[in-house]
Parts: sequence; C-alpha cells; structure tokens
Amino acid sequence: MAQPSVDQVWEWLDAVPDPEIPVISLVDLGIIRGVNWEDDQLIVTVTPTYSGCPATGIINLDIETALREKGIEKLELRRQLSPAWTTDWLSEKGRARLEEYGIAPPQPAGGPERCPRCGGTHLEKLSQFGSTPCKAQWRCKDCLEPFDYFKCI
Amino acid sequence: MTEVDKQALLQFLLRMGDNTLILGHRVSEWCGHSPVLEEDIALANTALDLIGQTQLWLGYAAEVQGMGKTADDIAFLRDAWDFRNVLLVEMPNGDFGQTLMRQFLFDAWHSIMLGRLMKSSDKTVAEIAEKASKEVAYHLERSADTVVGLGDGTEESHRRMQAALDYLWPYVGEMFESDDVDDAMAAAGISVDPASLREEYDALVGKILSDATLTTPESRFAHKGGRTGYMHTEHLGHLLATMQWLPRAYPGCQW
Repeated sequence: MAQPSVDQVWEWLDAVPDPEIPVISLVDLGIIRGVNWEDDQLIVTVTPTYSGCPATGIINLDIETALREKGIEKLELRRQLSPAWTTDWLSEKGRARLEEYGIAPPQPAGGPERCPRCGGTHLEKLSQFGSTPCKAQWRCKDCLEPFDYFKCI
Repeated sequence: MTEVDKQALLQFLLRMGDNTLILGHRVSEWCGHSPVLEEDIALANTALDLIGQTQLWLGYAAEVQGMGKTADDIAFLRDAWDFRNVLLVEMPNGDFGQTLMRQFLFDAWHSIMLGRLMKSSDKTVAEIAEKASKEVAYHLERSADTVVGLGDGTEESHRRMQAALDYLWPYVGEMFESDDVDDAMAAAGISVDPASLREEYDALVGKILSDATLTTPESRFAHKGGRTGYMHTEHLGHLLATMQWLPRAYPGCQW
C-alpha cells in the first residue's frame, strides 16, 4: 500500500476516543505530540496526561490497534515527557464536547465558568480530585447537581 | 560519565523514586477507608500520581544501573535495607490528620526540590521533575488546605493535628541531610544540596502551620538512616511485606 500522508494519520487518530472520556478524541485531548515517517516506519509521539494515569497503557494500545486496522505495519510509539502536557492543548472541539457531556472544561481562573447542566454560575468546589486524575468535583448551587470539572494544569 | 558519578546518580534516583513509591503505597492504604468519599478519591488520586512518578524515577534508575532490570524489579525485589526513602514517608498513617500532616510536610519539600530539579543538567531528571512538579503543586495545595482546615478547626481536630505534628516533626530534618552522593550530584549540576532548601521550606511550612494555629516544635533533632539505608524504622518491613507479597510469592507472574 502507498504510504498514507501524515495528515491522513492525524485524521485517523482524531477518530480514536479517549478511553475514560469517549466523547473526545486523543487528538482533542492534546496528547498526540507528533506524527512522522522515518523511512517506512511511522512514529507517533505521545505525552501522558498525569504520570500515573492508568489510561496511558490503554491509550497506547488503542492507537496501535486503530493504526494497524488502517494497514500500518511498522509503527513505533514514543513517550515524550517534556514539554509536560497542559490543558491548554485541549482543542476547541474537545472543550465544547466536554461541556455537552457534562464535564466543565478547564479555565485559567482555576475553576469552572458555569454549570455544564444548567449554566448556573453559583458554584462550589467539593473536592480537588474526581473520578479520574484529570478531574475535580464541583457542585452547582443553582440546580444543586454535582459535576466533574476538567482540572486546569 | 565516570563510574563514581554513575553510582551516585543511581543512589540519587533511588532516593527520589523510593520516596514516591513508599509514600504512594502508604497513601493507597486508605483506599476504601477514608472518612468521606471525596477524601477517599483524593487520597487514591494522590497515591496514583506518586506511583506514576515512581515509574519514571525507578525506570530511569534501572536504565542507569544497566543490568537489564525494570522499575518493577527495583520496587518489588529489594529488601528493606536497600531502600533509600526518608523515614518520614514510611511512618504509619495514624488517623486521617496524621496522614495529611505527613503529606503536607513531604509535599512542601517535594515541591521545592522538584522546582530545583527542573533546572537539572541531566535532561531526563529535568523532564521527570517538570512533569511531577505540576502534580505535586496540586498535592501541596490540598494538603496545606487540609492542615489549615483541621488545625484551625474544632478543639478535637486541632488537638489531633498538633499531636501529628509533634510526632512527625523529628522526621523532617532528614530531608535536608547531605552526604557524598549529594555533593557529587550538586557538583555535576544534576541536583542541589538538600540543606539549601531548608530556608524556603521553613518559610512555607511556618506560614501554613501558623495559619493552622499549630505550634512548630522547637527541637531540630532529626531521626536519620532512611535515605542512606543505614537504619529504617520497623514500619518499612511490614509495608514491604504487603506491597511485595504478590510478585515474590509468584515470581514473574503477569496478568
């Protein structure tokens, strides 16, 4: 088969969902740091969100499975620690989908802008940590519902 | 790199990785036992970050050692006297307040240390520190908030936090000890002399403890022997017996 273009590979990776938050793709999450061909070998560079995130292993497996299905035979995944992942790398599409899904997207101010359910702005923090390393727990004082907030790092 | 420097680098990496490994395991002991669900999740998340950092530090230690070992081999197949963590992190959890006081006293040191290591002359050390420091800033924010909340809380919570501080304070000094390994690391620009962190630590910890209405013990007496491996407390062996049981009972097991 002809060597797929780098753009084509990015498009394929944008169809691979995050294993914990399946409404956003790995590309939306900003953890794919590079796609390159070195001769006939495809190099995909990935950075972890949190160093102990258990999804990291699954993510690597999902990337490999998705690209093998597209006929990529020679593939290497490289881990890159620096520059460290930041939520600034979340795509606009990803941020919008998080909110639709009920997770408030990260804000530089350090807390959610509004409740992802009712849009209320009277919010309180329940805990700095949530159901995955990348989230915190907040509650809306307007609709009284608790919700996840994607931590800003 | 000369053989001497390589051995010093290995010791330095074991000290960093064993601190996060042992504290990560200690904190994970709370999983399913915390006073409220939110705290349970927070402790489990903190433990997870620390174990993740351990994989980076001990993974690099295995590479430097060059004997074909993995981070798991180093974590699970060494005995108590091979560990290089400071005594503070192996101290028992006690009550929730003692666990959070231990976390705060370590987080404060950890955040300052990682800030220095981000400028390390060793690229891998600098990269691990850059990654870990973001997580540790978050740990420190939470443990400091909790120390203030409980210290300046009810009469009962205040009493418990003061008791935790009095109990743990003699284990703080070891984090600022220096030896030949530290001298070699500082000379190579890989790390810094731990003693040089003390002033910043005292300012940070003093501010939080004061906000928490707690009294910092005056004595600078320090229990030592963890980071050199000379003498750990009796608590480490019990911790390792639990932590290492599975890979030792079933060598090479995978799932």
